This record gives sequence, C-alpha cells and structure tokens, in this order.
Amino acid sequence: MAAHDPADVCVIGAGPAGAILAASLAERGHDVVVLEAGPRFDLDERLERLERGLRGEHGSADVWDMGGPRDAYTWSGDFEYNLNAHRIKGVGGTSLHWGGVTPRLHPEDFRMASTYGLADDWPITYEEVAPYYRQAERTMGVSGARYQFSGPRAEGYPLPPFPPSYSDQLLEDACAELGIELHPVPRAMNSEPYDGRNECVGYGTCQIVCPSGGKYDASVHARRAERDGARVRTRAPVDRLVLDDSGERVTEAVYAGPDGDERRQRARHFVVACGAVESARLLLQSATDGHPNGLANSSGAVGRNLMIHPGIKTVGKLDQPTRQHLIGFSTRMTEQFYDHDQGPEGTMILTLSNTAGTAPATAATRQTSHAKHLLDGNVDALIGGRLADEVDEETGLVGITAWVEQLPDPDNRVSLDESKTDDRGNPVPEVTWRLDDHSRATLRSAARICRAILQEAGVTDISTIGTPDHPLLLSHRMGTVRMGTDPDHSVVTPQLRTHDVSNLSVSSSGAFVTAGAANPTLTIVALTLRLADHLHERLG
Amino acid sequence: MEITRREAIVGLAIAGVGVELVGDTDEQAQSLVATLLAAADVVAPPAVDVSESFVRGYVLGRARVDAEYERHIAEAASRLDAQAHREYQSTFASLTPSERRQVFRSLGVHLTHADPDGVLSQRIRYYVVNDLKYVLYSTPLGGRTVGVENPPGYPGGREAYQRGPTE
Repeated sequence: MAAHDPADVCVIGAGPAGAILAASLAERGHDVVVLEAGPRFDLDERLERLERGLRGEHGSADVWDMGGPRDAYTWSGDFEYNLNAHRIKGVGGTSLHWGGVTPRLHPEDFRMASTYGLADDWPITYEEVAPYYRQAERTMGVSGARYQFSGPRAEGYPLPPFPPSYSDQLLEDACAELGIELHPVPRAMNSEPYDGRNECVGYGTCQIVCPSGGKYDASVHARRAERDGARVRTRAPVDRLVLDDSGERVTEAVYAGPDGDERRQRARHFVVACGAVESARLLLQSATDGHPNGLANSSGAVGRNLMIHPGIKTVGKLDQPTRQHLIGFSTRMTEQFYDHDQGPEGTMILTLSNTAGTAPATAATRQTSHAKHLLDGNVDALIGGRLADEVDEETGLVGITAWVEQLPDPDNRVSLDESKTDDRGNPVPEVTWRLDDHSRATLRSAARICRAILQEAGVTDISTIGTPDHPLLLSHRMGTVRMGTDPDHSVVTPQLRTHDVSNLSVSSSGAFVTAGAANPTLTIVALTLRLADHLHERLG
Repeated sequence: MEITRREAIVGLAIAGVGVELVGDTDEQAQSLVATLLAAADVVAPPAVDVSESFVRGYVLGRARVDAEYERHIAEAASRLDAQAHREYQSTFASLTPSERRQVFRSLGVHLTHADPDGVLSQRIRYYVVNDLKYVLYSTPLGGRTVGVENPPGYPGGREAYQRGPTE
C-alpha cells in the first residue's frame, strides 16, 4: 500500500472549512495535503449542470453527481430528507450549490443557557469570534450593510449590498405598517468585482450552480491552496484514521486511491472537515480497542446533538405582476425576531422571496401528472397546449421564507448503520432526527408573522410550503462534534482540537453548540480561520 | 472567470443567436432545423414566435459541442419524419399543425415522461419537446411572455429585478 511523504497538516474535506484552512496554512508556508472524497469539478461543465438543475426532469442530487453507492445513507425519524440533494462531495463542497447567505450568529446564541436557561453555552463568546467573522467576510467577499438587528459589528461589509427588488417594494409598506424593519441580506456574492473574481451576472441559478463565479464557492480557496504548494487529492475518500501505539495521536489517514487501492497519508496534525454528518461518521468509523465508541468519543457526544434548521415558505398572489425570477436570490430580510424576548418560541430569520413559485424553465419541463389532462380530455396540453398558462401560474406569486433554530437534543444524531455499506464496504451514516416543540412553536410564530405581512400587502390565496408540524428542512446540519471545555460532555476544545487525541482537530458546523437561526457557513469559515491561526502557532 | 469557446457557443445558442458554423448549411442540417421548427410550432405557446434562426442557433450550436445531443436530436427528427411518412406520406415539416400533433400522439410522446435514456417516446419528449420548452423559458424569448424577461438560466437581470413591469 502506498504511503505518502508526511505533511505538516492533513485536511480531510475540501469544502469551505477544509479549503480555507488549507489555503491559510499553505500561504504561511506549511506543507498541507487535502484529501477530498469527491472529484474536482470542471468549471467548463457548469453550464451543463445549470441546465440539468433548472430542467424539471432531473432530481436535485443529479446536478452534482450525488446519490450513488459512495453517498449511501440511512434516514431515520420524521419526514423525508434527501441528504444527497443537500450536500456535495467534491472540491468546493456544499458551497458549490449554496445560496451564499452569510449572517453572523448573535451574542445570545453563544450563551443560550446563561441567558435563557436553554441548551448549553459555547465555551467561546461572540466577542472572541467577531474578529474572525470580519476576516471570514473578507475571505469570501460578503456584500451587505450594517443594520440594527444583526450580530453587533463596528465595521461595514467588504462589498456594498444588492439594491432591493421591485418585489421587495411590494411588501415594504406592509412591513412598515406592522413595525417590521427590513435590511439587505448579507451574502457571499460579488455586487461588484472582488478579489480577482467577476461580479454576479444574474444567471439566477445560485442554488443549482453559479456558472460565472460571482457567488463564492470554496473551490476558489482550494485553487489558492494549491498555488501555494498544498496537495489536493481528489476521489480520495478516507476510510479511517489510524493511531499510534499510545492511542493518543493519529499517525495516518487511510484512504482510497483512484483504483480503489489503499493508501496512507501521514502528517503531524490532522483536521477532519467533512461537514456535520461525515465528520462524525469518520470518527465513529475509526474506532479502535482504545477508542471503542469511535475516535475521540470518550464523551459519547460524537454524532449526537444534530441540529437542522427547519423552515417554511408562505406564498400568495397579488393582482399585479410581482417580477419574480429576474434575480436568483433574496435581497431583503429581517432579523428583528432573532432573539428570545417574545417568549417560548425562539429564533428565526425571515427573507422576502425574489423566486416565489417555480422558475419558468422548470415549470415548463417538470414531469406533470398526465391524469388530470387526460380526464379533462386535453391531450394537447401534454405536448404544449397549456404551456404558457402553466408557466404563468408559477411566476406571478410573492412570498416570504422563514427558517428557525433547533435546540440540541442528544437523541438527534449521526451513527453508523452496520446493515448497509457504501461503495468502500464501510457502514453508511444513519441520521436520526425529530422535530421538537421549541421548533414547532417558532415555526408557528414565523408562519403567523409571514401571513400577517402578506395579508397587510393585499396578497390573496395564501398558502405555505412546509408547515409548523411538517416543515421544510434546510441544508444546515450542526452539532455532531460539539465544542466544550468538559471532556465528558464535548468532543472538541474551544480551539477545535479533540479532547482525546492531541493532534486531531475537527473544523465543521459539527462543532457548534447551538444553531441559532443564522446560516452556518460564515461561522464555519470564522472558526476555521481561527483554527488556522492556532495551528500556525502550534506547528511553528 | 475565463469563458471557454464551448461556453461561448452554448451561450450564443441559448441566446438564440444564429451561429454560423462550418457544415450548418448542408442538407442534413437544413432538414433537421426544418423538422424542429415544425415541432416548435406545435409546442411553443401562440405568444412565442419561434424563428428559424432561433432554432438554428440553439440546435446546431448545441450539436456542435455535444456529440450525444447531436446523435439524439438527429435520431428524434428522423423518427418523427418516419412516422409522418407512415401516416401521411410526407415529411414532418410539411404536415399541418394538427397532423404534427397526431404524429406525437402516435409515437406516445404525449403520454410519457421525458427521459434522455428512456425508450423512444421518452427520448423524443426530452430532446425535442422539453428541450424546446427549456430553451424558450430560460431565455428572453419565452420568459418575456410571462413577465420574466431575464429568466433563470440567462445571464442578466441585475437592473431589471429592481424595475417594475413595463407596458
């Protein structure tokens, strides 16, 4: 079996956490190897992926080649959740199809227990993370403007905000009547050229693929890491981490080569950066006699406390054109309801939609039910007879999207399903997840607020996609390798190093103690930049 | 980000700009364009005026950069013609709109879901019917008929999204 020359740092995963960490360390002269399970995607193919994602015939997971035996998993618990439509394995990771929304967590998110008697406190404060939030915003290129209800900040944003949409203006007066303040959506998207990358050119398919590169994705920093000497090995899924005889240090990451042969990478320090599901899975999979419940799992917390943000979309009709789908992202939101002053329900973010309904090309090509048209005797509709009406019905809506926090619950977890294996013969991750009363109450509150805004604006035929009892589930997964100072109740230290293994760190939303309602990527990047500084000092 | 020739051609094709490429004036290409223009006539809504140059641009542009697409679209056009000959002793492009719809029905295209790797009717639905719908509504040609003059899939809209509707 091939064993590669030892590196200073072996990073497992080339999404935002891994790629930005690798770039930061490589820039400072460290020898970095990145092992990424998925491929390097050809920039040349982004337009093809755009079509695949925009057309209604294909599934979301097909766009980035997810869902095969490599990506097998088991979902247990409430509702359905197509994990592979919500993640990407490959250079850039899930940031290849994210919306780019980058709010900060709030100070209260870091001290939920001492402020509200809920969940646990993080072992670090907002104030300690704030300089890294600022750096993360510059690293990715976040556009936005300071506003009253965000996490506190002294400085502005690296990029100016995108102006409000015509659709925002249709709901603005209604919000003002209800005393609701709107503000720009902070977003890792270039409102003007930035950092050698062009500005957004308006393809409108942000959460499918950004063909122009105007939206940030972590392939940017993977390329930078390589420019500064890092080695990025793709199609290199890591099977397990191997310890030395003392059981206290990792010596090698065992991974698959291009022919499926077993290879080993040695390093002084290892960082697992595979996202909340796969990071926990790798630790569990690396169990030894000395670590029988999984590597670095003396606490039993690896995989536990999985949090996913639930959400709800409220839509309706106005008797006038609403100008949806001219841009692919929202431009106004409110964090006015972020904190807990209102009572038992918790934290939420509301955004006004610029993409209510369905994109015209998707509405035109989706696999509609034939039964209705056949019953109507309208055979021609199946070829194109009602095409204009069907598309038109989907493009004249207006809407608001809300997502809410979930509190940590140790029974929401990632474990190993030994009854099913992936293409490497490894047990697949099993995700067990349930909706809780706190989230339900917050979703009800969010739905009430959204409906009130739409009604005030004269919107009719109001309905929701997702409900408080059966919400949408977002792509945000957190909590499975939680941070803490007590090794009996946490997996990693405030510096993201595992308590049990001295040269092993985890950089992931898995380290979050609470979820807030903020989209996690900005916090992931802030924590990985902070880890880069710690490792740089430690490695010397 | 560097735009490759491939992206440029596809972009032009999507934009409905007739791309002058070597070989696209030959008989085979002309026949293909005529067949697909005839298909567009029954698939596209009345408000959308699909021109020959638009069809030429998106079909030949895509065929030039995607060999698999070229093979499938040629096969689909050929099968539409074969069925037209069987039923009406004529080419598909020469039929009336009503007769063309009948050809689609005879091939089962109206009843099937689109699948690029499926049986013939599914492939025709994907590569002829749905392809046209996709190109129409991911470009201003179809988008503007539903008030979305810069639809998703088309680069543009940074100014338009801020503006109200124009009469």
